[in-house]
Amino acid sequence: MEIPQIPKDKFKFLNNEGNKEQEKIGTPSLTYMQDVRRRLFQNKVAVVCLTLLSLIVLISVFAPIIAPYNPNAQHATLSNLPPKLGNLNIPGFNGYQNMGGKMVDAYQQVHAPKGTYYILGTDYLGRDLLSRIIYGTRLSLIVAVLATLVDLLIGIPYGIVSGWKGGMTDNVMQRIVEIVSSVPNLIVVILMMIILKPGLISIVLAIAITDWVTMARLIRAQTFQLKEQEYVLAARTLGESSTKIATKHLIPNLSSTIIIQTMFTIPNAIFFEAFLSFIGIGIPAPNASLGTLLSDGQKAFRFLPYQMWAPAIILSIIMIATNLLGDGLRDAFDPQSSD
Amino acid sequence: MAKYILKRILYLFLTLFIIATITFFLMKMLPGTPFSNQNRLSPEQLAIVKAQYGLDQPILIQYIRYIGGLFQGNLGTSFQFNNEPVTQLIGQRLAPSMQIGAQAMILGTILGILLGAIAAIRKNTWVDTLATFVSILGISIPSFVLAVLLQFYLAYKWHIYPVALWDNFQSSVLPTIALAALPLGNVARFMRTEMVDVLSSDYIELAKSKGNSEWQVVVKHALRNSLIPIVTIIGPMAVSTMTGSMVVENIFSIPGIGEQFVKSITTNDYPTIMGLTIFYSFLLILVFLVVDILYVLIDPRIRLGNGGNE
Repeated sequence: MEIPQIPKDKFKFLNNEGNKEQEKIGTPSLTYMQDVRRRLFQNKVAVVCLTLLSLIVLISVFAPIIAPYNPNAQHATLSNLPPKLGNLNIPGFNGYQNMGGKMVDAYQQVHAPKGTYYILGTDYLGRDLLSRIIYGTRLSLIVAVLATLVDLLIGIPYGIVSGWKGGMTDNVMQRIVEIVSSVPNLIVVILMMIILKPGLISIVLAIAITDWVTMARLIRAQTFQLKEQEYVLAARTLGESSTKIATKHLIPNLSSTIIIQTMFTIPNAIFFEAFLSFIGIGIPAPNASLGTLLSDGQKAFRFLPYQMWAPAIILSIIMIATNLLGDGLRDAFDPQSSD
Repeated sequence: MAKYILKRILYLFLTLFIIATITFFLMKMLPGTPFSNQNRLSPEQLAIVKAQYGLDQPILIQYIRYIGGLFQGNLGTSFQFNNEPVTQLIGQRLAPSMQIGAQAMILGTILGILLGAIAAIRKNTWVDTLATFVSILGISIPSFVLAVLLQFYLAYKWHIYPVALWDNFQSSVLPTIALAALPLGNVARFMRTEMVDVLSSDYIELAKSKGNSEWQVVVKHALRNSLIPIVTIIGPMAVSTMTGSMVVENIFSIPGIGEQFVKSITTNDYPTIMGLTIFYSFLLILVFLVVDILYVLIDPRIRLGNGGNE
C-alpha cells in the first residue's frame, strides 16, 4: 500500500498562544535538596536551633581563641569564686557570695588582683569555669560527632542487609544484635579502657559499639516494610540487583528514619559521655567535658550551685536544640510525616 | 506460635551462654587484683586467698567451673562483700531497683501515651506545642541532672521528700520521677508521630463518617494502632532505665543493683560484675522477647518466624 503524499502547505500552525500561557511553569523547578532546604528554613524553631548549634559549634572550633583563660591552669588562691562580669553590678554576676547569711564580695576576701574577674566563676582548683565549659563542650561535641559517624557506618548497612535478606541471615544477625545490646554499656566501656588508653577514642568506640544497634534495628524494621512495597517489587521484577535496590530505592526512603535516628544518636552520645564522666570513668582529668564539669558541680551543688548550673544549662541547650532540629529536618525531608 | 516462643527461649539461653563466656574472659583481662590490701598480704597468704577462690587454677578450669556453676544457678562468690554469694547479693538488692524501674517505666509510658495522643489530636495548637516542649525536655535533660535538681529543691530546700533514704514509698518518689522523664518524652514523641499518621488514614475517616464521636474514634481505632511502635521502644527504654538507675541510685543512696554494679566496678569485684552482667543481660533479653511476642499479638500484619521474607 502506498502512503499518500500530503503537500506541506496543507499543514498549518494551530494558534495555541492561550495553551502556552497555561502550560508555562511559573516557579523555577527545585531539586529535592533545594526543596528540603526551603522547607527547613521556613521552620522558625529549626532555624533558631540551627543558629544556636552553629554558634556552639563555632565557639567549640575556635575555643583556643575565644576562651579567656587556659582551662587547666590552676590558681589555688582563687578557688570557688562566684561569677563576676566586669564591674557591672548584676545580681548573681557581681562576685558576691552568701557566707553565713551575709552577702560578701568573695573576690575581695581572697585578695584577687584588681580587674580580675571570671564570668562564670572558678572551680575548686581556681580554674576558670567559662574556659572549662567552652573546652568541655568542644570535647563532648567531638565525642558525639565521631560516635554518630561510626554508628551510621555500622548501623545502616547492617540493618538493610538483615532486613533485606531475611531468613537465616536475618536470624543470625539479630542474635548478634541481641548479644551486643544485652551487654550493659559500662562493661563495654571498661573493656575499651583496657584495650586502649582511657580517653576520647575509647569513649567514642564504646558509645558507637553499643549505639549502632538501635539504628540497625530501626533500619531493619523499615526495610521489612519497604520491601513489601510495590515499587520495590517492580524493581525486583525488572531484575534490578539487590545493591542497586538498596541504594536507589531503600536508602532514599530510609533517609527520614536515618536522620531522625541520627538526631537521637547525637544527644544520646553526649548524654552517655556525660554519664560516664559523671560516674568517674569517662574523660580523664585534667581535661574537662560537660560530664566531668557536671560531676564536679554536683559535688559542690549545695553550697556553690553556680558550678552546676552552667554545664547543666549548656548540656540541656545542646540536647534540646539537636532534638528540635531533628524534628525540623524530619519535617523538611518528609513533609508527609508532619501532616 | 508456641514453637516460635520455644525457639526464642532456646536462643535466650544460647545468648546468655555466649555473654557469660565473653564476660568471663574479659574479666580475666582486667588489670588490678580484687584484693585491695594485697600489699599487706605475704605471698603465702595471697596464695591461700587465691586458692580459696579457685584463682590458682588454669583459666580453662576456672571457666569450666564457672559455667558449671551457672547451670546450677551459682554466680560465684563476691570478693568484697563478706564472701556473700553473688546470687544472694543480687536477691537482696533486686527489690528497690525493680520497684523504681517499674514505677518509672509505667509512669513514663502512661503519661507519655496521654501526652502524645493529646498533642496529635490537638495538632498545631498551643496544646501540641506545650506537649512537644515537655517531651523534648524529658528527652533532653539527663536523668542525673534531673535527679540532682529534684534532690536539691524538693528534698534539700523544701523538705517535701527525703534527701537520700530508702524505707517507704515516699523515698521512691524522687528517683521514680527522675527516671520517668526519659520514657515519658520518648513515648510522647513516638505516640504523637504515629497518632498523626493514623488519624489521617482511611479507616479513621470511615469511622468518623459512620458517625462516631471524636472520642470513640480516638479510643477505639486510633489508639490501638498507634500503640504498635510504642511496643518496639519498650526494649531500649528498659536499657536506658537500667543505665539511668545506676547513677540515680547512687545519687539517692538506694541499695539497688545499679549502685552495686558501679561499686563492684571500682573495687574490681569480678564475680559481682560478671554476675550482674549476666543478670542484666537476662532481664534485657527477656524484655526483648516479650516485646517481640507482643508485637505479633498486637499487629497481625507482622509475620512470624521467617521474618516476613516470603
